[in-house]
Amino acid sequence: MKNIFTVNRHLTQRLGFTAITLMAVATVIPIIAVVIYIFAQGFPAISVEFISGFPHDGMRAGGILPAIIGTLYLTIGTAIFSVPLGIAAAIYLSEYASDTPLTRTIRIAIINLAGIPSVVYGLFGLGLFVLFLKFGTSILAASLTLSIMTLPVIISTAEESLRSVPQAFRTVSISLGATRWQTIRRIVLKEALPGILTGVILGLERAAGETAPILFTGAAFFLPRLPGSPLDATMALPYHLFVISTQVPEMPLQIQYGTALVLLAFVLTMNLIATVIRSRARAKRQW
Amino acid sequence: MVDKIVIENLSLQYADGVESLRDVSLSVRQNAVTVLFGPAGGGKSTLLRCLNRLNDLTEVKASAGRIMIDGKNILDSKTDVIALRRKVGMVFARPVPLPMSIRENLTYGLELAGEKRRSKLDEAVERSLKLAAIWEEVHNRLDDPAIALSGGQQQRICLARVLALQPEIILLDEPTSGLDPISTGKVEAALVELKKEYTIILVPHSVQQAARTADYAAFFLQGELIEYGEGKSFFTAPKEKRTEDYITGRFG
Repeated sequence: MKNIFTVNRHLTQRLGFTAITLMAVATVIPIIAVVIYIFAQGFPAISVEFISGFPHDGMRAGGILPAIIGTLYLTIGTAIFSVPLGIAAAIYLSEYASDTPLTRTIRIAIINLAGIPSVVYGLFGLGLFVLFLKFGTSILAASLTLSIMTLPVIISTAEESLRSVPQAFRTVSISLGATRWQTIRRIVLKEALPGILTGVILGLERAAGETAPILFTGAAFFLPRLPGSPLDATMALPYHLFVISTQVPEMPLQIQYGTALVLLAFVLTMNLIATVIRSRARAKRQW
Repeated sequence: MVDKIVIENLSLQYADGVESLRDVSLSVRQNAVTVLFGPAGGGKSTLLRCLNRLNDLTEVKASAGRIMIDGKNILDSKTDVIALRRKVGMVFARPVPLPMSIRENLTYGLELAGEKRRSKLDEAVERSLKLAAIWEEVHNRLDDPAIALSGGQQQRICLARVLALQPEIILLDEPTSGLDPISTGKVEAALVELKKEYTIILVPHSVQQAARTADYAAFFLQGELIEYGEGKSFFTAPKEKRTEDYITGRFG
């Protein structure tokens, strides 16, 4: 009897283990499939002209430079607003805030901010930045809208990495005559920086790939020239992809996939940078 | 001998209601090692953390009494706590090297205090490492990360880091609890040298260490100071029954 039970237990264990392993492997399949498919379909479209030229023939030919530059501008604009604000909020929450009704409200607000659908951000941006503040459909309005969407990601990852810095460092620093701010600046921020940067890049990467928030706030269907000021509208890769996939009849498939490939490369490059920062910091970490 | 610190009727309660110190009065002599010992939860660490106001970081519910250092009540709200902490240095139970090089660990406090001159900083590094009896072991690798050292070396670096600020009082909270006997011996030997210049308050990790190091000893039990006296007689002929029971190992 005893023998049968042990055999069964081993069998169950092995089956369960195999199932879990297969599921883990399965999660990798979609991302690899997407990358390979987009690469295979889009690579033939990639050329110097495609990257550095303007679209022509009703966007059915030519390049996507204005969309690439536009996405770059929007990403930088988003960073300008969301990074300082997000890091400051994270420092407040992790280092200064005690458990009061105010800080509980702030935390709940951040969690809920993360759950709002991106198209709602788009409408909000239209109402507040484009119409009420009269920024018009512009890089400025779109960047602000994307910033609000990105903030929760930056705040929560930055707070997480600040909190992971051992408490003992703070106590020791204070005991050596440092003020709280000196401790944060010289020890805590320095140690948390790689984690914060990773969160920043992941947040910006999401912003770079979003269509809905810029739809009403800054994205242009087609522009014959590059935007000249933050108050100009701009083309952007994700919106351009949407436009040429749904709004332009007789669009060559190759250009659609080429655009998708450029967007994917843009986002994956940011991801790669985040990964490199993280692994290098982990190797250097002294705690 | 001069009384460096005079504690008068100090009581303290944490925010969760736990009473940590009850009406403690104690005078600490200058240039001597005063040992605070007793079972866990007696209030020794809390008392240490009052002396450099590190308790400000914790939520303390109520406190009464005074702590006079050189005649000034440091619990007063007008006290410059930054200056106080430079004057009253602290070594913790677990060595915590800051995530930087050995040299930077030692100059950290001085740089915060505004010292920028390289010569002064170098001088402080060498002087304090020698005082903490670690100079010979690390002088040719001052730019290595402090975390790379052994636990015993790290703890002496932490002691040196406090000494670099040229404090007047040094608080040590079970500084050798994680160290091997050889490292412990080095730290204890350093204390004997250091008391010539500094006032030292030590929470030892054992009764034996208390007996080895104490010029004066104070026995704490559940937040109360039970007995206080000169080290020699304290461990051979304690006056209080409870002190004797603890020293001889009847409880604890």
